[in-house]
Amino acid sequence: MELILFYIAATVALFSTVFALTRSNAAHALIYLIVSLLAVAVIFFLLGAPFAAALEVIVYAGAIMVLFVFVIMMLNLGEEGQELERQQMHPAVWITPAILSAILLVEMVLLLAKFDTPQTGALITAKQVGLSLYGPYVLAVEIASMLLLAGLVGAYHVGRRFRSTEIDEDSVAGSSPENTGVID
Amino acid sequence: MEGLIIPLNHVLILASLLFATGLAGLMFRRNVIFILMSLEVMLNSAGLAFVAAGTAWAQADGQVMFMLILAVAAAEVSVGLGLVLQVHKRFKTLDMDQAHKLNG
Repeated sequence: MELILFYIAATVALFSTVFALTRSNAAHALIYLIVSLLAVAVIFFLLGAPFAAALEVIVYAGAIMVLFVFVIMMLNLGEEGQELERQQMHPAVWITPAILSAILLVEMVLLLAKFDTPQTGALITAKQVGLSLYGPYVLAVEIASMLLLAGLVGAYHVGRRFRSTEIDEDSVAGSSPENTGVID
Repeated sequence: MEGLIIPLNHVLILASLLFATGLAGLMFRRNVIFILMSLEVMLNSAGLAFVAAGTAWAQADGQVMFMLILAVAAAEVSVGLGLVLQVHKRFKTLDMDQAHKLNG
């Protein structure tokens, strides 16, 4: 039973990934990518890693994909964006991702209904992961926190430059020293 | 192996197929947003391999490594999308072939 569910989820993950990377429209690709990440989350659940599955849904399919959505929405503005929005509401666009995620939902409901412990391997609980994370891997946590701080500072810097060049282009160009290398 | 019903080989094959898909997307697509998406797919497949291996040996280390990969992916995508905004601002396009000169 779990084997069949695993192969279904694996097929969904593979197909939605291939679809995601072959679309011409970035917003459509994002929908497929989210379905792919949800399928991988179902596989984590099947493998007996419910904590990793929850993290996959919350952080990957939630936070990181929201960043992509923000950027894509920022880049198509105005009338073109509205036209695109109308075109995106067409059923032909969202029916395939909807079917794929419905398959995943049915799998999840089946798992929760039929088995007390929906797993195929050894269940590794969040407690074990936490003990390992803050025991032998505490240095890795420190390094990850520094990496995230560097990412925060870097993203802030890049975003700030983006806004300041926009203002400088509107006003008299080339007056600020920061702007010399930006506009040819 | 502590009673893993799904063969570890099959999970690893799925992870490598996802990785190959991401690598192909990285090489074929020239839109910078799709390049970032391909990177996400590749990182995710690496995480899948880690979690599968951790389950096969009944160790929590696999999930710990998955969380570290998650942190790397979050940091990478935030800086990468900031760069996407910069590229779009300067070149009015998301085609990376237009932005191959690093001096702007």
